[in-house]
Amino acid sequence: MGTARDVITLKGSAAIVSEFLCYAVNSILFQRGIYPSEEFSRVKKYGMTLLICQQENVKAFIETITAQLSNWLEAGNLERAVLVIASISTKEVLERWNFTIETDTDAVHKGVTKEKSDKEIMNDIQAIMRQIASSVTFLPNLEEACTFDLLAYTSVDSKVPPTWGDSDARLIHNPQIVKLRSVDTKVHQVEALVAYKFNEEV
Amino acid sequence: MATAKVFCKTPSKSGGKVGKWERCPLKDCISPEPVVKSKTPGRPSDRFITDRSAMDFNIASFRLGMKENSFTDAVHSPSKEEYKKQLAENLLNVENGQKQTRILAFKSKPPPPPEGFDNGRKLLYSQNLAGGQTKPRKMFRHIPQAAERTLDAPDLLDDYYLNLLDWSVNNILAVALGSTVYLWDATTSSIEELLTVDEEGPATSISWAPDGKYIAVGLNNATVQLWDSQSLRLLRTLRGHSARVGSLAWNGPTLTTGGRDTLILNHDVRIREHVIGRMEDHEQEVCGLKWSPSGQQLASGGNDNLLHLWDAAAASSQGPTPYLHRLDDHQAAVKALAWCPFQSNLLASGGGTADRCIKFWNTHTGSCVNSIDTNSQVCALQWSKHEKEILSSHGFSQNQLCLWKYPSMVKMAELTGHTSRVLHLAQSPDGYTVASAAGDETLRFWQVFGTPETTKTTIKAKSKNMGSALNSLNRIR
Repeated sequence: MGTARDVITLKGSAAIVSEFLCYAVNSILFQRGIYPSEEFSRVKKYGMTLLICQQENVKAFIETITAQLSNWLEAGNLERAVLVIASISTKEVLERWNFTIETDTDAVHKGVTKEKSDKEIMNDIQAIMRQIASSVTFLPNLEEACTFDLLAYTSVDSKVPPTWGDSDARLIHNPQIVKLRSVDTKVHQVEALVAYKFNEEV
Repeated sequence: MATAKVFCKTPSKSGGKVGKWERCPLKDCISPEPVVKSKTPGRPSDRFITDRSAMDFNIASFRLGMKENSFTDAVHSPSKEEYKKQLAENLLNVENGQKQTRILAFKSKPPPPPEGFDNGRKLLYSQNLAGGQTKPRKMFRHIPQAAERTLDAPDLLDDYYLNLLDWSVNNILAVALGSTVYLWDATTSSIEELLTVDEEGPATSISWAPDGKYIAVGLNNATVQLWDSQSLRLLRTLRGHSARVGSLAWNGPTLTTGGRDTLILNHDVRIREHVIGRMEDHEQEVCGLKWSPSGQQLASGGNDNLLHLWDAAAASSQGPTPYLHRLDDHQAAVKALAWCPFQSNLLASGGGTADRCIKFWNTHTGSCVNSIDTNSQVCALQWSKHEKEILSSHGFSQNQLCLWKYPSMVKMAELTGHTSRVLHLAQSPDGYTVASAAGDETLRFWQVFGTPETTKTTIKAKSKNMGSALNSLNRIR
């Protein structure tokens, strides 16, 4: 978690947020059934049991991305992280988990530290995780095999490593949107929402 | 589409027969009301629907406002412009009017889920506790109230005791119109004349053999002719009755015939001495004859209000076969008979004008398990292959087809359209469409047992293989 108690530095906040995103992505992958549930193992985090995917490739993929997201967060360049779930066969985007990040510019440019108790942040994160888990109650069943992808919205002047390329927004046409809770570390504020393809039951 | 009265030649090989100049058999009638398809709400119409997650309202309103501002400003000093630009950059993350965000995705993609992995969420969260493999089915499917298609059937005899309609497994509908039997290919909508009889006729019953190649035609002169439908040749003539043969039923290589002489005969069509069984227990014309799907039992109904059940194994050439059960609950002629496809030993029977009941029987014990009064003579019955439903056709006064849920016998739909009693019903091989023939000399097709999309199993694959092309009829309109 954060390095020192109650004092949040930019680096610390970046670490918290990127770690949160990592667990959130794993959680979503498990809840939506992108990968078989046998591939997930339990870990204790944020005072609750969360599931992490143990499949080598998936783990490596998520770790690489999270590391890069952390870099961008420290530079204050990351504006949004979007987890896109699309059908393998039709390539159609079925769900879009949108994490909008607002960075406090003072902390980035001037190195000001903020204060917020660890506990509060943990509670915030817990709340979002629980919401993600409960989202299955309203999200439509994913009928076909899907895969996921992570998009990062960054500012133009951010340093982009060669392993990342430009992509389109992969939006859903006519989506249903549900806003979830937010996490605020005072340096970064993360707002979560999920947009899904509305399947009318005819 | 051709209208009812059209001057045309019948598509027959013996050209221009018997004054059929006025009407063309099996051609489409004047189109009935178009089938109202269920509305699909939520389908994108041509309205522009805003996509809030993709829009940046701030930029949009700024851009809109920009034009107005440029009109009101008297002085366009460069410093003012610069100021505006700086403001825009800082507040709206816009530089030179362009958004400053890049959308990036990691170049190598995550691995796909393992082959054949079915998203397990369905099992956990689907409503159907028992199966879980399928997405929850809609409770009620839409049953079109109007016939999908109407064909003209001139000279169809309006006689309750005959059985003049049958649909083969190769999707060919055979109908006897007077002295001629026509074959209508449901896949191509082509008409073919199979046979025409002169003094032997008219044709009083037709029945396709299970393989769909051969067709048996019972005639007024007490004979039964066996034809090859592909080469259009008469193969043999079976004799044995002494009065018209009004009902036929196949059981593998055995053809059972029922006649006005009250006899039921079993013929093995492969051998020379074809009569292999004889059942004499009816007292009047035998109008209903149906073998069970297992081929073990035969149900026969007669004008004597009796319903008899016979055992296949007990048939012998030696004396008359004794019946298994003799059921006299009906108060009128029993012509409508239908064996249940999903429950063995369940038979449904319908009574004529004085009876008007549909009765369900356990054919092992011979007991009546259910009886409902339909208020109208029951001419024919057809079970649904896909759902637990049964369709009955009626006469006076509404001439309707009723769809009942089984076993609750709740009436799910009532289909009207015929203007005279609906004498015959036949079901398509894919089990979704029913053809009805009535005394008003029309043949109507009803999409009453659902469509491939509404059934829960992967019937889609099956119906494609079976080549059911009645679906293509929808697109003709």
